[in-house]
Amino acid sequence: MLFVSKEFVAFIAAVIAIYYICPKKFRWYVLLAASLFFYTMDDVRNLIYLAVTGVTSWGLCLILEHITSDASKSIKKIKDKEKKKEFKARVQRNKRIFMLLAVLIDLGILGFTKYADFVVSNVTALFSHRMRVTDVFVPLGISFYTFKTVSYVLDVYRGTSKAEKNFFKLVLFVTYFPQAVQGPISRWNNLSATLFEGKNAGLKPFASGLIRIFWGYFKKVVIADRLVVPVMALTHDHASYQGAYVFVAILMYAMELYCDFTGGIDITIGISECLGIKVEENFILPYFSKNIKEYWNRWHITMGSWFTDYIFYPLSVSPRMLKLSKWSRSKLGNAFGKRVTVYISCFLVWLATGVWHGAAWNFIVWGLLNFVVIMISQELEPLYKKFHGRFHLKDKAWYGAFEMLRTFFLMGMIRMLDCYRNVPVTFKSLGSMFTSWHMKVFTDGSLLEIGLDLKEYILIGICAVVLFLVSLYRYRTGRELREKISGSPDLTFACCLVLLMITIVFGAYGKGYNTSQFIYNQF
Amino acid sequence: MKAIKIVTRAIIYPVIASILLWTCQSLLVPKYQVGIMEGAMMHEYYDSDMPHEVLFVGDCEVYENISTVKLYQEYGISSYIRGSAQQLVWQSYYILEDTLRYETPKVVVFNVLALKYAEPQHESYNRMTLDGLRWSPSKWHAIEESMTEKESMLDYVFPILRYHDRWKDLKPSDYEFWFHQNTNTFNGYYMRVDSLPERNFPPARPLNDPNLGRVPMSWLEKMYELCKENGIELVLMKAPTQYPYWYPQWDRQVMEFASSHGLDYFNYIHERDQIGLDMTVDTYDGGLHLNLSGAEKMATYIGAYLDSTYDLTDYRLDPEVSAKWDEVIAAYNELAAAQYAELEEYGELRSWGINAMEE
Amino acid sequence: MEEIRAILNELHDDVDYDTCTTLIDDRILDSFDIVTLVAEIDDKLDVRIPPEQMIPENFNSLKAIAALVERLENEI
Repeated sequence: MLFVSKEFVAFIAAVIAIYYICPKKFRWYVLLAASLFFYTMDDVRNLIYLAVTGVTSWGLCLILEHITSDASKSIKKIKDKEKKKEFKARVQRNKRIFMLLAVLIDLGILGFTKYADFVVSNVTALFSHRMRVTDVFVPLGISFYTFKTVSYVLDVYRGTSKAEKNFFKLVLFVTYFPQAVQGPISRWNNLSATLFEGKNAGLKPFASGLIRIFWGYFKKVVIADRLVVPVMALTHDHASYQGAYVFVAILMYAMELYCDFTGGIDITIGISECLGIKVEENFILPYFSKNIKEYWNRWHITMGSWFTDYIFYPLSVSPRMLKLSKWSRSKLGNAFGKRVTVYISCFLVWLATGVWHGAAWNFIVWGLLNFVVIMISQELEPLYKKFHGRFHLKDKAWYGAFEMLRTFFLMGMIRMLDCYRNVPVTFKSLGSMFTSWHMKVFTDGSLLEIGLDLKEYILIGICAVVLFLVSLYRYRTGRELREKISGSPDLTFACCLVLLMITIVFGAYGKGYNTSQFIYNQF
Repeated sequence: MKAIKIVTRAIIYPVIASILLWTCQSLLVPKYQVGIMEGAMMHEYYDSDMPHEVLFVGDCEVYENISTVKLYQEYGISSYIRGSAQQLVWQSYYILEDTLRYETPKVVVFNVLALKYAEPQHESYNRMTLDGLRWSPSKWHAIEESMTEKESMLDYVFPILRYHDRWKDLKPSDYEFWFHQNTNTFNGYYMRVDSLPERNFPPARPLNDPNLGRVPMSWLEKMYELCKENGIELVLMKAPTQYPYWYPQWDRQVMEFASSHGLDYFNYIHERDQIGLDMTVDTYDGGLHLNLSGAEKMATYIGAYLDSTYDLTDYRLDPEVSAKWDEVIAAYNELAAAQYAELEEYGELRSWGINAMEE
Repeated sequence: MEEIRAILNELHDDVDYDTCTTLIDDRILDSFDIVTLVAEIDDKLDVRIPPEQMIPENFNSLKAIAALVERLENEI
């Protein structure tokens, strides 16, 4: 079931209705049934993978917890300090074995289903005989649910979460259907706080959730799906579309991806709000970022924080890294030496992020480019600071806007890697913006040949203005506009109705258009 | 107090939503008021507030070829043609069923050309035939039987879902006929006065399967049963036009069906001379369909049969019905005059047919 | 406490660490700063902060960081 399908709309309506008809105690069973149904509708084989991931992490986490509680009892009996330390280390080693087992099983499945073909074909290519491992079944949203599960295992291992005894509750956490296709990658502590309670949402949050669902559909169906056509045209036939066209493609893809991804998340969180369930935000005005680090704090937040918490931090503060840090500081000087280990960790994190996005070179290069930009901006920071201080730029609004535009285009250019899906082509196309820019593309009607007519451009333009104004409201006030609207039932109704009508009339669906798969579906 | 507020909202919200969505939908659906008018024919029937003793069902071979006005003028027969472009057999069946919800004619005349189609042919023809029907089980079933591969029932229930993309090419006529549409036919007869002599048609391609399909024949059987149940006389006809080909093999099968069921079947292709058709002047599109003079000749001919064979009321003697017919006749004459005038002026029709289409 | 203040000052000298309690929430310290800070604390105070302790609550203010270090020092 695609989010943008009549079936899914009917499905959510039914789930919300049944959810509220049921007594509170049983509501999470409704969600469990709905989630399993959702995966089954996609492919029955999903259930096998989910079962393996679910059972192993459930069981191993219970063992982890058992070891911990056992140890805390026995340690009280040990009086000798040295022995205490030794005992602790032994317990830690035991725990690590079970943790690693769980994590390796989860990541192993992910690795096999998504990366087997990539690895085999690239390795065999080295020996000049390329082989392919095709026909591997990729479970729905495996990257997302695997990451959710791994974070649960690690949190139990670290002692920040308690292991869940009820197997089915854990299964619901892993499969919670609104998150199945594209996240957010929730943490156990956050999601479990409201997932099983079955509390009533309350009128205002329900209204806000409803608006958010409609808003999400508007972004996906009216804007993103309409932009699919020109973006495909521009990037497929990249040889014909160079120079100024690449600039257009960057703008369009930035808008398409934003609307598709945040629209999907709006639907996910909107449904959750209607069910009285709190889900982490995944985007907070990403295109208002003034630098790339800020961008990654605002875009796909749950993914970024996952990598920070479970890879970047443990890696950078591991004994080995700390040792390396000491060495590098002594060799390379305090200031730069201090940063060396950070950069090494950062490099590895972005490599992993790239790989997570997809088994292809373009994603790996994409991840590394992010690393390079972050490193350069980090190195240049003192220089920037001096520059800003000298001209008092930090308090000037136009300079802030300039920084946002700069970040927007920089990220837009890097992002084209996952649009062209080919590294040399991407660099060549980006380069052509500087070598063969033709202004006449904008005036001679060429842009009407790429799958949008004038009326559609006007429509997209109006939508862009609306999106910007709504975002600006949030930026200025720190509150979402819908929070204000949802206070009044009449306004909520009016808002939903207008969004519904706009989506129905101006949506890019029906004949001539394929309901485009979520761009993030395969991740 | 609070309960009242909630109940009021529970009523008002859906009402407002429905009105607005309906308004939107009304603007976006095709109106078929200019150029191609075939899509608007089906719902005109519901506006005709007179009794109809003869009902014609079928495709363009009925609604362009028989003048209902002439039938009335000469014989006092009050008839209606419920035909539409490429109307399939089962569609005709369900349209007959739909008609029976309002009245029971004495005679139903079915044109047999559609028996050649065993499967739905094209979405746009489906739409033109089915969208105009009022909702009833008959419409539902007709849609179910007619949908081509990519069509869905939801798109018929809420046509806006199918036509929403027309926001890009709304024409002045969409606004003009937003809430009100004209009646463009005369009891289902679609008038054209221009003429283009019959041309030579390409030779008939040999048939792969000489038999008419099992499916369409079974629908004919059902139609027969339905008529029998309701005491209606069913008559089968094949219009006098030669193209699309009506093969002798098919003709024989229909003849056999008619004789085994005790029905009358007329293949008017063989009776052109008796009808008095002159295909150099009586057709407007090279022999595919008749024009006004041809349709009037057809009406005279078929009317003589109907009048002499069945016990039909002479509505010319009924003041109430004849008053209504007079209105139809006036409009009929007015349109004929307007078309002749245009023909005189330009040598072709510009406000009707393909020339009138907006862009 | 003073050693930690010194490390923080080296990272960002334009912050009043006595009053600020939103070092993380307001993104004054980013993940790079945290990692550097943890490495410095390990180096200068010989206290190892494990990754599970690297949560916003422990780093939002100078006081919180000092408390964390103290807690870890006394653990064994």
